[in-house]
Amino acid sequence: MDLKDKLVSSFLAFENNVDVHNPVHDVRTEAIKNFETKGFPSKKLEAWKYTSLNGLQKIDFSIFPKKESSLEYKDVKKYFIHQIDTYKIVFIDGVFSSNLSETTHDGVDICLMSSALTKPMYKAVIDVYFNKVASKDESLTTLNTAFSREGAYIYIPKNKVPKKPIEIIHFSTGNDVALMLQPRNLIIAEENSEMQIIERHQSLTSNAVLTNSVTEIFAAKNAIVDYYKVQNDVDSASLVDNTYVDQKDGSHVKVHTFSFGGKLLRNNLNFYQNGERIDSTMKGITIIGDKQHVDHHTLVHHIEPNCESHQDYKGIYADSSTGVFNGKIIVDKIAQKTNAFQQNNNILISDKATINTKPQLEIFADDVKCSHGCTIGQLDEEALFYLQSRGIPKKEARALLMYAFANNVLESVRIPELKVRINKLIANKLGVNLGFDL
Amino acid sequence: MLGVFRLIKITLKKEKNNKEHKSSDKMLKIKDLHASVEGKGILKGINLEVGAGEVHAIMGPNGSGKSTLASVIAGNETYEVTAGDIFLNGENIEDLSPEERAHNGVFLSFQYPVEIPGVSVTNFMKTAINESRKAKGLEDMPAKDMLKLIREKSELLEIDRKFLSRSLNEGFSGGEKKRNEIFQMAMLEPKLAILDETDSGLDIDALRIVANGVNKLKSKDNAVVVITHYQRLLEYIVPDFVHVLYNGKIVKSGTKELAMELEEKGYDWIKQEAAV
Repeated sequence: MDLKDKLVSSFLAFENNVDVHNPVHDVRTEAIKNFETKGFPSKKLEAWKYTSLNGLQKIDFSIFPKKESSLEYKDVKKYFIHQIDTYKIVFIDGVFSSNLSETTHDGVDICLMSSALTKPMYKAVIDVYFNKVASKDESLTTLNTAFSREGAYIYIPKNKVPKKPIEIIHFSTGNDVALMLQPRNLIIAEENSEMQIIERHQSLTSNAVLTNSVTEIFAAKNAIVDYYKVQNDVDSASLVDNTYVDQKDGSHVKVHTFSFGGKLLRNNLNFYQNGERIDSTMKGITIIGDKQHVDHHTLVHHIEPNCESHQDYKGIYADSSTGVFNGKIIVDKIAQKTNAFQQNNNILISDKATINTKPQLEIFADDVKCSHGCTIGQLDEEALFYLQSRGIPKKEARALLMYAFANNVLESVRIPELKVRINKLIANKLGVNLGFDL
Repeated sequence: MLGVFRLIKITLKKEKNNKEHKSSDKMLKIKDLHASVEGKGILKGINLEVGAGEVHAIMGPNGSGKSTLASVIAGNETYEVTAGDIFLNGENIEDLSPEERAHNGVFLSFQYPVEIPGVSVTNFMKTAINESRKAKGLEDMPAKDMLKLIREKSELLEIDRKFLSRSLNEGFSGGEKKRNEIFQMAMLEPKLAILDETDSGLDIDALRIVANGVNKLKSKDNAVVVITHYQRLLEYIVPDFVHVLYNGKIVKSGTKELAMELEEKGYDWIKQEAAV
């Protein structure tokens, strides 16, 4: 049985474990129908031209974990930003781990999707927000919607700011030979609220994992959301991340994506600007090698006037790795005075590495500032000479320049400890012996 | 005055086929140096000797080859040396990489220092110093000594601590970049320092600080080559010798009075003289 058929037939088993009379289940039923019709996206689709899921579909993934696992904090501590205190929503093989988590209901809700989808007290919020910005058409998103049951649920009321950043971590233990996960997150920032989220998917063995994640983010008037995605998984783990952001007047949402590892990474990042004076920022650093594959597909839809969007993606590709950047910007006719900037710079270290980069601008307004640029190149020879002239050998100088190239994206990271962590990951990936402590 | 102060004999002969590996023990000795970039000849037979304890100024109009000469001495591979030799303390450095030249005591203060985001001034200097030490078979400098050295040298250049934690050259003003170059020079203690247009982009106060730093670093054991378009910097860093570079050759050499003459009369008379 191929993976699509297996998923569709598993939906029946899934229904035995959820409340089919909950209106949420109507949403799921619609979604599985869409997935059944569409199936996995093929390379014939323009959006999937450079990323193939064929190999993954041949793996016999378990759709539900066979047994529950537990982990000791000391064994997985290094995957947390443990230098600081954080709220933690932690899952092991898709199942919530209460002993690794620190949730709260103290003025804000930082807890579980499974509660939000089933408990009456959350019904009003779920009715307004659940599956409202996520695509009802894109097949992998609808696949996730069909199986949506667990994930992070975060609700920050008006004028509130949680005391500390929130970490969402998904561990997979390898108890199953191959496991498919479908986490579903719902993040709501009400007017004037603010939050910082760090998300990570981490496999702990070399058994195959395929995560198809959907996150919906709603930022109300003047809300601020900083979302950091740390993608540094093992070579047997693949991730399709579908993130949908709905923004209202004056809100600022920043998503940083740090892609340093995994077999296949696909990021579908979609911003919808439903208001004025909105700022949307997307930043990414990709550093990969071997046969790794990272695909960033971004979309910013400027629907109202006087908004801004900023995109800055940097990539360093070694060995036979492949990268894709596709940045789509739509400016509606009414969206005058839009400022939309997009930048994608890449360095190919090896002759066998490939990057496909494509800006896609659809501008229907006439009074806008839009710029885009992509470069694929080698290191600046003058800069290399500068470092060498200070006594730094060529190899180290090259590594240092790549470090600087990637690091440029980090200035907007507002959690210092996370910044240091990413700094170290970059140095580590590039094999830089910096001769100093970060 | 002409000829009286001519210390360097300009030879136009191109006779050498056999490379020399040893030369006299002058700190820097350049013999009949030709260099080109992308097939275009820029240096067309430079001869220059710089002894320990000396300060030399190289002046000349734009496009005469001043910055190329500085880059070639420091080993920039963008330029191809097509003929001639460069000796450092008697050793031919032709085959040495830029970093090996640095380890042997060559320092180039850049006209346009490169920005390196994400690497602080302090961390950059630690890396540079420890790489030089590694090349000499020495252990990393102990952190305590490093901090002491940084404190001492930053005071010399009137640089405050905040500046040292900023990313190297990123968002630095023209003056800050140049001051930082001389700070690096102070940290690395080169034998031969080449200052390429260090005065450009400096206001008078910054110029004074930079010049003061260079003067304090001067000793009987090291040498400084100042490359400049204007005489202004030479009021502060007084040269023992002044050379005029024009069209890839040193066409005139003298003492500091030559610099003053250039300031007064411009470069046109040099061009006319060279054309004769």
